[in-house]
Amino acid sequence: MPITLTVNGKQHTVLAADDTPLLYVLRNELELNGPKFGCGLGQCGACTVHLGDVAIRSCSIPVSVVDQPITTIEGLGTADNPHPVQAAFIAEQAAQCGYCINGMVMTSAALLKQNPKPNEAEIRTALDGNLCRCGTHMRILRAVRRAAGMTA
Amino acid sequence: MKTSRREFLQSGGALIVSFSLPLEILGQTTQLNPKYEELDAWLAVGADGMVTAYCGKVELGTGIRTAFGQLVADELDVPFDRITVLMGDTDLCPDQGATVGSNSMYRGGPQVRQAAAEARQTLLAMASTRFATPVETLSVKNGIISDANGRSVTYAELIGNRQFNRKLDQKVQIKAAEKLGVIGKSIPRVELPGKVFGSHAYVHNLRLPGILHGRVVRPPTPGAMLASVDESSVQNLPGNVRVLQKGGFVGVVADREEQAIRAANALKVTWKSGRTLPPMKDLPAAVRAVPAEDKAIYSSGEIDSGFSAARTTITAQYFVPYQMHASIGPSCAVADIGKDSGTLWSPTQSSFLTRNSIAAMLDMPADKLRLIWTEGSGCYGQNGADDCTADAALMSQLAGKPVRVQWMRHDEHGNEPKGMAMAMTVKGGLNENGDVIAWDYQVWSPPHSSRPSGDGGGNTLAGTQIGKPMRIVPVGADRNARCTYTFPNNRTTLHQSRESAALRASALRGLGSPQNTFANESFMDELAAQAKADPIAFRIKHLKDERAIAVLQEVARLSKWDARPSPQHARSVTGRGAGFCHYDNYATYVAVVVRVSIDIKTGKLRIPYVAVAHDCGLIVNPDGTRNQIEGNVIQAISRALLEEVQFDSRGVTSLDWNGYPIIRFQDVPEEIAISLINRPAEIMTGAGEATTSPIAAAIANAIFDATGKRIRSTPFSPQRLKAVLV
Ligand code: FES
Ligand code: FES
Repeated sequence: MPITLTVNGKQHTVLAADDTPLLYVLRNELELNGPKFGCGLGQCGACTVHLGDVAIRSCSIPVSVVDQPITTIEGLGTADNPHPVQAAFIAEQAAQCGYCINGMVMTSAALLKQNPKPNEAEIRTALDGNLCRCGTHMRILRAVRRAAGMTA
Repeated sequence: MKTSRREFLQSGGALIVSFSLPLEILGQTTQLNPKYEELDAWLAVGADGMVTAYCGKVELGTGIRTAFGQLVADELDVPFDRITVLMGDTDLCPDQGATVGSNSMYRGGPQVRQAAAEARQTLLAMASTRFATPVETLSVKNGIISDANGRSVTYAELIGNRQFNRKLDQKVQIKAAEKLGVIGKSIPRVELPGKVFGSHAYVHNLRLPGILHGRVVRPPTPGAMLASVDESSVQNLPGNVRVLQKGGFVGVVADREEQAIRAANALKVTWKSGRTLPPMKDLPAAVRAVPAEDKAIYSSGEIDSGFSAARTTITAQYFVPYQMHASIGPSCAVADIGKDSGTLWSPTQSSFLTRNSIAAMLDMPADKLRLIWTEGSGCYGQNGADDCTADAALMSQLAGKPVRVQWMRHDEHGNEPKGMAMAMTVKGGLNENGDVIAWDYQVWSPPHSSRPSGDGGGNTLAGTQIGKPMRIVPVGADRNARCTYTFPNNRTTLHQSRESAALRASALRGLGSPQNTFANESFMDELAAQAKADPIAFRIKHLKDERAIAVLQEVARLSKWDARPSPQHARSVTGRGAGFCHYDNYATYVAVVVRVSIDIKTGKLRIPYVAVAHDCGLIVNPDGTRNQIEGNVIQAISRALLEEVQFDSRGVTSLDWNGYPIIRFQDVPEEIAISLINRPAEIMTGAGEATTSPIAAAIANAIFDATGKRIRSTPFSPQRLKAVLV
């Protein structure tokens, strides 16, 4: 059964089986490679996208139950028109290998939407489920503080 | 054949930033490299003035693409944004050896830099002929050469899209330290915006027309042999599922990725029992019991008479378990293997050696196989990248189609080669002045690297499974076994065991250095405490090397170190500890101070503050260096506090992030203070690994400072800490 999805403001009809995780549809059918496969188990956050305004793990949600518009990192901002969180990640040079960064950016953007002025503990709590092996944490925290206007 | 390299250039070197190039270019194989002694092997100037630098080292998230661009921009006098660095393509790039050992800047950087300097010299000579004026009267700025009479010519006009046809003579002087302009600047990372906008071309994103998705099915137990495969178990699954089997290798391919995953899960495979692993609690003893060859790493004085003269002698044993690379992205590779030739897209650290190993596995001449390095998830050593590339290659050969293989999380956790478990024993003797006069260091470990290295195709899992021969290069176990301190009587011995006591292992960031440094720097603290000396002053007293002393003094200043012996008078919940390492005994100097706070009831440790003083010679990119240091600190804290691969008698049981936790945001420090000591006249020695080494000891030393108790095995888990604290 074809499934209809709204992703980054555009409607798409996809052919995947009902139980296919959203992540595979985004990457393989829509060629939106921003969200990454990290674990497929909901444990790392690499696959994070927005369902409506909420950050969710696209590896753990079947494509057939998606009932709100999806935003991926490609739809969040572009080089010409970056989202404030993306601009802050660049300003703080907050990446090493970058594999986790999709999840960091998308989780931070969702946090700031709900809570534009989070304190340090709230930022750390929001990002706690996102793993980074390169150890870019200090820069990511700085970037989120910057995007929230907590530092210049 | 050089044309296709030109075509590649004219396409803007776009392969690495986009996969939208025509397949003819993507897949074109087996042109020969110009010989590496030719300048053209390293550098090309386009008609548009853009410069392409070719290098055999690769970007592992450490920023060397940017740093190499800086080297070229500075030596060539071309704006940084006109440089493209092309990395790790066996058809296009020179073989600079594997990207390992934190030595890209040390070994790879000077070659690239020298080539750029010689290119500039050649261009100056060309301009000198054109203007009939001596080279000395010419000046260069932004790729434009001008003479005293106001005439000028651009690099593009002189050589654009043409070859230098000149051998490197290694005689041209590189710029003096005071003339450097781009080197030493915190140029923003070139590939970082793509990583933040989701557009960066990871190998995981590459799909070719008609590509099949592959998954591997591996035995739970190392060394288990294949008994049977029941193909009927996947017969009715959708996606044109095919089972691919050769020797002990089993994989499946399907049209769609989720179909391949489903088939791999459903496929019924029976294995004949493999090796029985020792119980985890016996691992320290098992590591010491593997038959070993004794190697003298260092010796000075006479060890027995040294100990006879000592007033106090102490001994301690240390242990570090198997740990993981634990990349966030599981390994992925794409292969397109035809009858006589093929192409691999791989995130390997060793394009040429891995290409050669896989060619041997496929029974194909190496020059018929092209490996196009493509960035993957950070690897920190040999994660599953090479094995996964071999999986893709073998499956593509068996299927006769291009195949993309991405390991599942359990594949990566279960099958990546682990960081080696090591056991260390140190005995030290102090004289009546509190000087160390005897030091007897022993370490038990097999070699640390099993990466492809001139083997017969067996240095990957797939290669082993189809019976190809392996070759192990004995490196890594002795890294920093010998400490930097000067003692009159020092015996340092490696018991180089023949094989890993339990798990397949290979290079993990620092190889044996973090383990050896954990023992050396913990024991130095134990001796300082015996001598009732301040730990940093005690270290400095035993050092001769000025740069070593300088980093220790600098970290003391930076951390406002309060000089006094450890432990503190009253038992405390907070403490501070120091650690030092002269990485690999030749490279970067690093000293660290760590502050801990301990919840005595739960045994939980917090690390609010870390200070690092770091001397890697000439610094090419200060912010990039800091990024690397921060990363090392956080990863090393994670390894010290949390990380131990779990296994039972049949194999690894840490198969996801619950089974192998790594550090999270709530537990990273509040502050990592860094002081970079720049030495422009010294060679570049890199920042990729050094800071990892002293962290575990500094934490153990801080625990001792707080509580008076020593912890000599990692990880410093709450249970272990509680047991030590009672
Ligand atoms: S890939 Fe979805 S949480 Fe890890
Ligand atoms: S930047 Fe590499 S995993 Fe976070």
